Amino acid sequence: MASIASLPDPEPDRPVHLKPVPDPEPPAEPGRSHSIAELERFATVLRINCVRMLAVAKSGHLDSSLSAADIVAALYYRVLRHDPRNPGWPERDRFVLCKGHAAPIQYAALAEHGYFPHQDLMGLRKIGSHLQGHPDMTRTNGVEVSTGSLGQGLSMCVGICLALRLDGLHDTAQVFGVLSDGDIQEGETWEGAAAAAHYEVPNLTAVVDYNHLQTDGTTEEVMDTGDVRAKFDAFGWDAIEIDGHDMGQIVEALERSRTLRKPAAIICQTKKGRGVSFMEGRFGFHGKPPSQEQADEALKELEALYEQQTETLGSSTPSPELDPQPAPPAPGAS
Amino acid sequence: MAEAKTEPIATRHAYGDALVELGEAHEEVVALDADLAVSTQSIKFGKEFPERFFNCGAAEANMMSMACGLAATGKVPYASTFAVFATGRSYDQVRLGIAHNELKVRIGASHGGVSLGEDGASHQIIEDIALMRVMPKMQVVVPADYNQAYRAVIESYERFEGPMYMRFGRPSTPIVYEQIPETLGSGVDVLREGKDISIFVTGHMVWRGLEAAESLAREDGVEAEVVNVAIVKPLATEAVIESLAKTGVGVTAEEHRVVGGLADAIREAAAEQHPVPVFALGMQDEFGVSGTAEACMEHFGLTAAGIADRAREALLLKPIVSHPPIHGGEWG
Repeated sequence: MASIASLPDPEPDRPVHLKPVPDPEPPAEPGRSHSIAELERFATVLRINCVRMLAVAKSGHLDSSLSAADIVAALYYRVLRHDPRNPGWPERDRFVLCKGHAAPIQYAALAEHGYFPHQDLMGLRKIGSHLQGHPDMTRTNGVEVSTGSLGQGLSMCVGICLALRLDGLHDTAQVFGVLSDGDIQEGETWEGAAAAAHYEVPNLTAVVDYNHLQTDGTTEEVMDTGDVRAKFDAFGWDAIEIDGHDMGQIVEALERSRTLRKPAAIICQTKKGRGVSFMEGRFGFHGKPPSQEQADEALKELEALYEQQTETLGSSTPSPELDPQPAPPAPGAS
Repeated sequence: MAEAKTEPIATRHAYGDALVELGEAHEEVVALDADLAVSTQSIKFGKEFPERFFNCGAAEANMMSMACGLAATGKVPYASTFAVFATGRSYDQVRLGIAHNELKVRIGASHGGVSLGEDGASHQIIEDIALMRVMPKMQVVVPADYNQAYRAVIESYERFEGPMYMRFGRPSTPIVYEQIPETLGSGVDVLREGKDISIFVTGHMVWRGLEAAESLAREDGVEAEVVNVAIVKPLATEAVIESLAKTGVGVTAEEHRVVGGLADAIREAAAEQHPVPVFALGMQDEFGVSGTAEACMEHFGLTAAGIADRAREALLLKPIVSHPPIHGGEWG
């Protein structure tokens, strides 16, 4: 699988975020064996995709996507049982991006897995593109359910879990919902939390990307959500708190949640804008696309990280996406 | 198939009875309620198929989003609660999760309108048809009596795809259809033919419209055509225009605000295709009040006499603006 970060710049004069991106080959097997270090590099690849998408779209939620990158990489590259060639596979795990405004990070993961051509990413938020501002199940291959109105996602997950149980698939298909601080503020989330516990759904994992920043300020300033772990615990869930940027902790928590026979909440302490220093943990970037200068600076940092991660992996780990002589893009490709 | 009813009975009972029939025939039918299962009658399904029935408690928003998740995973959910909560309280959930995704979810909304009675304005929604009619992709069905309601629920599974809002009522309502009709057809059904004025009615106003036509014939020598509009959206405009082209004037009656509901649906069709006077009977810029069902209907003039009076007012305009039909039909 070719990675965009490994490609030479075909036109050095063009802004780096406008590089043509090739279609990746769909992986033969979902990458369940990827090491923690490899997953960390995949997270970087997803982040690079997001910066490029947002720089071209000039619209969207970059920092919200970056905070969830490690969680999404762990899910799509290791934990999720899914098959891009058979997206309707009834036994697949379900991924629901409850925090639908982080759509770019899901789109990046879907494209990297071949759910649609990689170049579609550059159509984000544009007329005629299937990549809407928020995930749209009626348009985008691989999106299980449309989201974007905070608070609805967890309830939708409960409905999916109940349907899977009626189909006898609750022991095989796990439903992973990724929530934001905003979701936690919405009352419906707690209606859904109560329903999940009441119906004892065994196959639901709520992953809270708790990045502590929202549109109007810090979560603590705007509407303090308090001890989210304790709240889920009080609702009868198995609730744990982890470092949402520690890939080892993420994978362990996600895999563990699959073995539980009750709904599981993983509160991930994260930083908004993670991976881009000028954005990380700073207020004021929510819903604001990067300028070209900011995008270039972000990409410089992320691509340097990618190179460093590749170097660390290099000798000991086979890296199929690190073709030393990648084929140049076809003439006219864009 | 259930027996047709002959005595007055609430349309919500048809919802419960037909749901059981659907549950027996179709594994994928599931039902949800929000702590009103006895009122909405979904309890009948719940007793027959407990594993496929999900009471969500007093949490309507969650119920609608759960219905979305169930439908996205291959089930056909019937989600019921009072109309006021099914629309106003959970509009956003219905909008994004169900309508936007064009999922086959049926919203069984009971206790629509002021005939809910004693609970008063907090529970008497008179905007629900408007709210659901403006929502893209949402179909809106308001059956006239038990027998038509029964068919509507059966056909909601067997005939229609996409999201659907179905409005049922609390009080016992006289039977209009002697048998359970074979189909809803176009949803626009001429129950009584006439040449002088078209009376478009829906839900609890249908039997009242028939009574109004009787009194117009008896007291005024007016031959009114009574048209039951059970599918308010998508409206079968051809059938509506056919009637208006024949009579040249119309009146609408609904247990709902006069904006956004049946009145506007008819007027929109008429304005573009056959502009003739169409007067509306319904709730003005006001909320409901407590009282018995019948007292509430009378308080707001939602009666056979009210329809007849509105028809007489409309008829006064007929000779002034009458003109040849634009799109076919006979000179009225």
